[in-house]
Amino acid sequence: MSTAHTPSPHTTKKKIKVLVAKIGLDGHDRGAKVIARALRDAGFEVIYTGLRQTVDQVVAAAVQEDVDIIGVSHHEGSHIYVARKLLEKLREQGAEDIPVVMGGSIPLIDIETLKTIGIREFFLPGTPLKEIIEKLENIASEKTKLKQI
Amino acid sequence: MVKLYSKEALEEIVKKRSEWESNVLPQWLSRMPERREEFTTLSNIVLKPIYTPEDLKDFDYMEKLGFPGTYPFTRGIHATMYRARLWTMRMFSGYGGPEETNERLKMLIKAGETGLSLAFDNPTLVGVDPDDPLAEGEVGIVGVSVPTIVDMEVVFRDINMGEVTTNMTINPPAPVLLSFYVAVAEKQGVSYDMIGGTTQNDALKEFIAQKTYVFPPEAAVKVAMDVVEWSVKNLPKWNPISISGYHIREAGATAVQELAFTLADGIEYVRQLIARGMDVDEFAPRLSFFFDSHINFFEEIAKFRAARRMWAKIMKDWFGARNPRSMWLRFHVQTAGCSLYPQQPWINIVRTAIEALAAVLGGCQSLHTNSFDEPFRVPSEFAAKIALRTQQIIAYEAGVADVIDPLAGSYFVEWLTDEMEERAWRYIERIEKMGGMLEAVKKGYPQREVEEASYRFQKEVEEGKRLIVGVNIFQEEEIEEIRRVPLLEFNQEEIEKRQKERVRKVRSMRDEAKWRRTLGELEKAAERGENIVPYVLNAVKAYATLGEIMGVLKNVYGTYSEPPHY
Repeated sequence: MSTAHTPSPHTTKKKIKVLVAKIGLDGHDRGAKVIARALRDAGFEVIYTGLRQTVDQVVAAAVQEDVDIIGVSHHEGSHIYVARKLLEKLREQGAEDIPVVMGGSIPLIDIETLKTIGIREFFLPGTPLKEIIEKLENIASEKTKLKQI
Repeated sequence: MVKLYSKEALEEIVKKRSEWESNVLPQWLSRMPERREEFTTLSNIVLKPIYTPEDLKDFDYMEKLGFPGTYPFTRGIHATMYRARLWTMRMFSGYGGPEETNERLKMLIKAGETGLSLAFDNPTLVGVDPDDPLAEGEVGIVGVSVPTIVDMEVVFRDINMGEVTTNMTINPPAPVLLSFYVAVAEKQGVSYDMIGGTTQNDALKEFIAQKTYVFPPEAAVKVAMDVVEWSVKNLPKWNPISISGYHIREAGATAVQELAFTLADGIEYVRQLIARGMDVDEFAPRLSFFFDSHINFFEEIAKFRAARRMWAKIMKDWFGARNPRSMWLRFHVQTAGCSLYPQQPWINIVRTAIEALAAVLGGCQSLHTNSFDEPFRVPSEFAAKIALRTQQIIAYEAGVADVIDPLAGSYFVEWLTDEMEERAWRYIERIEKMGGMLEAVKKGYPQREVEEASYRFQKEVEEGKRLIVGVNIFQEEEIEEIRRVPLLEFNQEEIEKRQKERVRKVRSMRDEAKWRRTLGELEKAAERGENIVPYVLNAVKAYATLGEIMGVLKNVYGTYSEPPHY
């Protein structure tokens, strides 16, 4: 795990903590790294798992680090399988309140399936970083509101 | 040294250029300002509005270019180039199990491809069997699953391995897949001197990009060099290594970094092989290369030309090669996967065509063209055929293959070729100071450089400094249309089940004693530091599986995991 702390532009607010994860054997880490940096630059606290993580490892890290969001970068076609397993494991650990977003190269038709499974957002290649940042901020603030209720 | 332009001619050009700049250009610029403040290539090389002989004032034709087939090979490695033989149209393919891939290969051969190239699935790429827990859900998705000699046999059913050449994009498990290939070719009755093709086998770039690493860097290089050494001595037509810039570029490197890091990897391998006591002219003719062809047209052409000139110089001057073939930079090209987008996916066909044209004008020996549907899934038959047809149009209709190195002599292209070369040398010098690429990789230097470049590129896209049609300019609402793109359909779960069953069946039917003995001998050979390839070949013939062989080697060499960094 690597954590980077940089001063947030909104120091009064609590930083949003995101786990950027690569699950499975795939080595395409360009997207994950770019997103991790962009989020850090936008004031998020980012933990990057590195490559070849199992679902169990990712869930354990998310719980242990008490993250606000899990972001999975996936470019190898097994996204539905991975999403199902990940959300199942989160429920098992009583951590289903951690929202999961994904990004990568997938057929559009699968985005609906992923949303049915419980993936909050899916970002295709070409999505502006700004849009990703905004959506993650919204997801995190909804989560905080839910907690307060 | 004979310069191309006389002093008088240059003086005249300089004089007229400065007149043009002060008398003609300003009026035009005041009425028609330039579209951008600065024009740059993807490597951020700033471009002038025009290039003239002034930019090539010391240009020595014979030193910089020469003739095709002669040193420094800038104009092409063969004297005849495409006038005699076109580049090999080699489509990177594979999905599902060996049955599905066998069908795809036969379809492509029928459609006119002239070489084969196998894409393996992730479990095969990292050397685990389909029934390994790590393989779960990943069998057959991004390529074909080939965990045993039996699977390889099915891949090549009804394909004469003595008549085709096959690239295998495989790295740490290269000795195993090569052994599968050789053993199946033997079964087909093909002799060693007729077995042709390539194992990618580029250990170093696995730590910079692609990242299907298994062993730690030193052991990974050792295994790769075993494959080179064994192949050079046993398979005269085999390219045992394809020194690859492609993945480095796809991971976000600039064209200059791709060029420099690839050649620096090559330099490291040459040193390793010489250290084994081999003569440079014994192995160097078998080294091959693999580059990306991205969308910035002229920069790519300049990169290919610079690469040829630099490698020839490295081999001749640094390593004292005498055989001209040792100085040849023979290379495969793949158009840039990372330049393709899911938005308005049909336009990817056009991007690929431009990139393929750059590869041809750059003098590649073989070429893969991407399919337009690759941002979604591995290609459908329909999309793969369009990609192949793109090459055929370039080859047979466009007339661009009729004159050798047709862009030579363009003030701009020659200037850019020099510029790429100079910038790449600076990187190579830095890597040399670190002790070569193996050391640089261990220090994480190229990894960080690529990270920086990829982030910089993304920022430029965000800021609109880089324009991508359909992505940050000319966007459309098009969800329904994209959904109608016909994608390749196959039942992955079914294939995973079939592959698991097959590997178990192979394990249950083999001669247990022979299997155990060959794996034991492999382990001892690895511990002694011997060349492992003959032992892997014996184990493969005793039906040892990919995962079992890699397991033995992991026990001896250990494994690598990358420190997470961004």
